[in-house]
Amino acid sequence: MQSMIEVERGAELLKVENVSLRFGGVKAITDVSFTILKGEVRAIIGPNGAGKTSMLNVINGFYHPQEGEITYRGQKRSRMRPHVAASQGIARTFQNVALFKGMTTLDNIMVGRSLKMTSRFFWQMFRHGPAMREEIEHRKFVEEIIDFLEIEHIRKVPVGKLPYGLQKRVELGRALAMEPELLLLDEPMAGMNLEEKEDMCRFILDTAAQYGTTIALIEHDMGVVMDLSDRVVVLEYGIKIADGTPDAVKANQKVIDAYLGVGH
Amino acid sequence: MTDIATAELDTFPKLLAHQARVRPLRPAMRHKDLGIWRQWTWAEMAMTVRHYALGLMAHGVAAGDKVAIIGNNRPKLYWSMMTVQSIGAVPVPVYADAVAEEMAYVLAHAEVRFACVQDQEQVDKILSVADQIAGLMLVFYDEPRGLRDYDPSRIQAIDSVIDQGAALMLADPEAVKRLDAAIEGGTGSDLSVILYTSGTTGRSKGVMLSAGGCINAARDTVAFDNLTDRDNVIAYLPLAWVGDHYLNYAQALVAGFTINCPESPETAADDRREVGTTFAFAPPRVYESMLTRIMIRMEDAGWLKRKMFHYYMGVAKKWGAKVLDQKPVPLLARLNYALGEMLVYGPLKNVLGMTKVRVAYTAGEAIGPELFSFYRSIGLNLKQLYGQTEAFLYVTAQADGAIRPDCVGPATPNVRIRIAGDGEVLYQSPGQFIGYFKDAEKTAETMTEDGYIRTGDAGFFEKDGQLRIIDRAKDVGKLKNGALYAPKYIENKLKFFPNIREVVAFGQGEDCITCFINIDLTAVGNWAERNTISYGSYQELAGHPEVYAMIAAHVAEVNRQLAEEPMMAQSQVHRFLILHKELDADDGELTRTQKVRRSFIAERYAPLVAALYNGAEEADISTEVTFEDGRKGVISARVKVMDAKTYPITSLQHAA
Repeated sequence: MQSMIEVERGAELLKVENVSLRFGGVKAITDVSFTILKGEVRAIIGPNGAGKTSMLNVINGFYHPQEGEITYRGQKRSRMRPHVAASQGIARTFQNVALFKGMTTLDNIMVGRSLKMTSRFFWQMFRHGPAMREEIEHRKFVEEIIDFLEIEHIRKVPVGKLPYGLQKRVELGRALAMEPELLLLDEPMAGMNLEEKEDMCRFILDTAAQYGTTIALIEHDMGVVMDLSDRVVVLEYGIKIADGTPDAVKANQKVIDAYLGVGH
Repeated sequence: MTDIATAELDTFPKLLAHQARVRPLRPAMRHKDLGIWRQWTWAEMAMTVRHYALGLMAHGVAAGDKVAIIGNNRPKLYWSMMTVQSIGAVPVPVYADAVAEEMAYVLAHAEVRFACVQDQEQVDKILSVADQIAGLMLVFYDEPRGLRDYDPSRIQAIDSVIDQGAALMLADPEAVKRLDAAIEGGTGSDLSVILYTSGTTGRSKGVMLSAGGCINAARDTVAFDNLTDRDNVIAYLPLAWVGDHYLNYAQALVAGFTINCPESPETAADDRREVGTTFAFAPPRVYESMLTRIMIRMEDAGWLKRKMFHYYMGVAKKWGAKVLDQKPVPLLARLNYALGEMLVYGPLKNVLGMTKVRVAYTAGEAIGPELFSFYRSIGLNLKQLYGQTEAFLYVTAQADGAIRPDCVGPATPNVRIRIAGDGEVLYQSPGQFIGYFKDAEKTAETMTEDGYIRTGDAGFFEKDGQLRIIDRAKDVGKLKNGALYAPKYIENKLKFFPNIREVVAFGQGEDCITCFINIDLTAVGNWAERNTISYGSYQELAGHPEVYAMIAAHVAEVNRQLAEEPMMAQSQVHRFLILHKELDADDGELTRTQKVRRSFIAERYAPLVAALYNGAEEADISTEVTFEDGRKGVISARVKVMDAKTYPITSLQHAA
């Protein structure tokens, strides 16, 4: 049952309603609701342990919330597996880069196309006939991503040998290879220097502009969040404390308290 | 095969048409795009340029207009140059990494009316300073990414201009006639291109070159090095630099060989390997970084490979240059060298993308003798040339078989050289410039009364007729005691150590010579790794006591060598310091061609220079730095100053 509606730009792509997530007695997320609109860059911010990554994991079906509902492209869902989320157009990158270290940049990004490959195992085994044609087509798409992310020079380099900033870029490339409708980025700029951060910002904005991808990202660097995102959700101890435009969120007293501490 | 075109072919558009007639199906240009090499034959390229020219004429580009060309080495930018010249307009290539203000100066000075650029980055730069460029009408771009929402009255895609031109070719025979008339009407005395110098001293100047001069010079060197249409070059040098315009653009149009454009500047090394270039040019630092990479990788190789490498490097050192120069070599040594070629040199050249290279040049800076002999010993025909933008590159070049590392060769064909009384090198060359654009005063300063051009370099001829350059003529000075002081000479000696990237020497009118040193992060970083020295940043590594000790040993070694040279014995370095940051063109410390701007550095780091001479052990410094996006920040540091070991002067002949 895969019949999904097409969502127009600016309409609701994903809706999270009253979601709560517990691990035993530990409450990771409590009664959080927000929406992600098609085509926007949506940031999820909050102090350490606020439940941001858990939230992403709920969205792409890795965790199953005890309460609440998620509506994606107009369809409610409760339990779902990550590969189903992937086939429905949700791609993500991880806080700690999760690439195949021994494989080249090219191969890592090709992996992102595997869901789109339809030829039979038999042909793939011999790299012949339909499998060959398919591979050429996918390779072309991957080359476009390589061009887009300006990583031609590391095409044939095993990713384990690459500096961290480039690994992050390759990971973004793999997510883009899935042609996602919704792209989840978990701290895309963690551990980067200023120049790498600026490059990454540019790639994220270009992705939104060129491919029309909706992006939800977790980020700690407030400057980056304010520059990049259209709307921001702020979590603290698993509870939503603010939601709105970057400027509105920045002026919110609760947010200031959460980040700077409260005078007692 | 000698179809080096006749004298009637005195402009580049005529040459292009000629090549399309003579070798229509030979590849003229290749470009790696999306991982695949695309190729254009001479006929295809000539046709595209005609379409492009009609399109540009329809957009108002007219004879005499100046058109800026900005970006990496890409076919469409080379075509832009050919197209602009076809119309009778003048291309003005500009360094692509120039920041917006620098670019604004050049574009305004050149009175640019149009610009053909690579991508959004360049478009943004130009539009941000458009108000300073009075006559700017329209910018044409190659890569559309990110430019969709820009105002089409200010920017246009090169692709769509070419398409428009193709349509016009069918629809408007009058326009085609006008284009043909423009091409036919061009003569050798026309202004062909304006190349802005990198500005080692102050503002860059626009060097005007004539079409006929460019082509005559290129014909001479094409014959000199026997270049044919079977040759291949990789175009990775900045378009705005005379080296690219000469070695790639002019020589390709004269000889009909293939220009290969890399996928991106970072992939040039791999791409060179894929196309198998036959004619290569690189500044010494490129050869140096290649050698550094090899040595680092050999350190990590297994012991058998390492043993084999070092043994055969010994063999190469002894016999390689002789084999290359076809001098007598004993049979056994020749056989052993051949085995080495199979086991070591061949694979090495393959990794470097140098397997098919017949002629390789280096120029721009002095090259270390060890470095130079290394490449020659493994069988690469590396030669030196000496030249200038004002000469349209070549002044001297070494002929096959007569190579030495410390000289730059005799005058190239049809070039006349004279040494002035003060040691300055003067020349006349077939490609020599018409003058500086809008700067008759500077032009007059550069010419002698009898029509020779001053190079600004001091040098002399060795006994075998090769020219030896020692320094910039105006930089050659004297110490307080009157001894000769040639800063570049000392700097180069130090820079021959792989650990040292850049040196700035001081001493004019002082008691002794001192210097700033920049370490090479790749080489020293690797050394630190092997010696388990941890560091967090360039600054920390540069200030590490063991790094200081290592550099001190290098300085002492140079002093020992200097002590043995009669002219230079007084030039020993007495004190030095290692700078806390890398000298950078963005901060104005280097020129865009990576040459040190000595006086600017002396001013900027005045407290450090003072510390070199007042005996202080350390000094504080804070400097403004420019980030890649043009924002500014401040770096502060406390820098150690160290005394160097000096040697007694061994030669009997004391400098006065």
